Amino acid sequence: MTAQSPTRPPRVPSGRTRHNAEKWSWVFMRVTGPVLLVLILTHLFINLMTGDGISQIDFAFVAGKWASPLWQVWDLVMLVLALLHGGNGMRLLVNDYAQRPWLRKVLHGALGVAVIGIIVLGSLVIFTFDACPVDADPSLLPSFCEDVR
Amino acid sequence: MSPTTLYRGHEGMWMWVVHRVTGVAIFFFLLVHVLDTSLVRVSPEAYNEVIGSYKTPLYGLVEAGLVAAILLHAFNGIRIIAVDRSTWALRHQRQLVWAVWIAFAVLMVPFLWRHLGHVFGGA
Ligand code: HEM
Ligand code: HEM
Repeated sequence: MTAQSPTRPPRVPSGRTRHNAEKWSWVFMRVTGPVLLVLILTHLFINLMTGDGISQIDFAFVAGKWASPLWQVWDLVMLVLALLHGGNGMRLLVNDYAQRPWLRKVLHGALGVAVIGIIVLGSLVIFTFDACPVDADPSLLPSFCEDVR
Repeated sequence: MSPTTLYRGHEGMWMWVVHRVTGVAIFFFLLVHVLDTSLVRVSPEAYNEVIGSYKTPLYGLVEAGLVAAILLHAFNGIRIIAVDRSTWALRHQRQLVWAVWIAFAVLMVPFLWRHLGHVFGGA
């Protein structure tokens, strides 16, 4: 927060100092951004614009999508990249607004726990998903469950 | 605001605010979104019950706001990358800010048409 001294490292156009790890963070945001654009806009298009849009979404719809490895992998990559990109973005905000060192530490810790926790939970949900749970009401399940029983 | 942030005119500064606000909003949405999706591991009933509330008019409007935030953050993110990489884009800053808003409007209109039809039309 002090005045610029001539010995500061050279700046990159976004204004963040080109300092070791921060340079990597800067590149990471610019590589994941365009990938997320494709992943998320497709996710929104399929879930909100095709078929009956938001009205079609229920357990059977999710089961239908995750029956295909394509959407399993799609959602996994989207999950990991969105949380790392968003989590790193939040870290930069904490650096900008939280001045007290202990507060920074607490917020960085909370961010790390949230990001890793949600990535683990989301991945488990995708890969342990059971489209035809035995004790469920059959009318709520996707139609392909009839053949499985 | 940190003194290391470089501004290039009013448009750039407003878009910087828009980019931060939308980024934070999407992040918190995503945390909740993975939690509600994880209900598919609890039971079909639990998932359908919670997702059912997303089909009400109030949530329908919140979803429209979320999609607006995503589109703005996404297109503005591309603009930031372009302006950092190319001097042509740097010279055409003002026009690129317009391009972000035009692309936003072009996608938002058909989306709202369809989405609000589903939410309010009872499709
Ligand atoms: C849809 C495609 C996306 C694109 C093209 C994109 C692009 C970018 C870029 C280029 C930056 C760096 C800006 C800078 O260094 O000044 C950034 C920052 C950020 N992004 Fe994204 N992003 C996308 C999706 C997301 C998502 C899904 C989230 C949340 C989960 C998110 C949250 C953030 C946050 C919090 C920042 C930090 C903002 C700041 O430092 O002012 N972004 N984004
Ligand atoms: C209102 C808009 C949205 C709706 C209705 C919606 C709906 C859904 C549904 C039904 C699923 C289950 C599987 C699938 O369809 O692929 C899902 C999963 C997922 N969505 Fe969305 N989504 C929305 C917006 C978003 C946004 C903006 C993001 C990214 C920032 C996102 C990220 C994800 C991720 C990462 C998963 C996988 C979750 C997991 O691993 O458990 N969604 N979404």
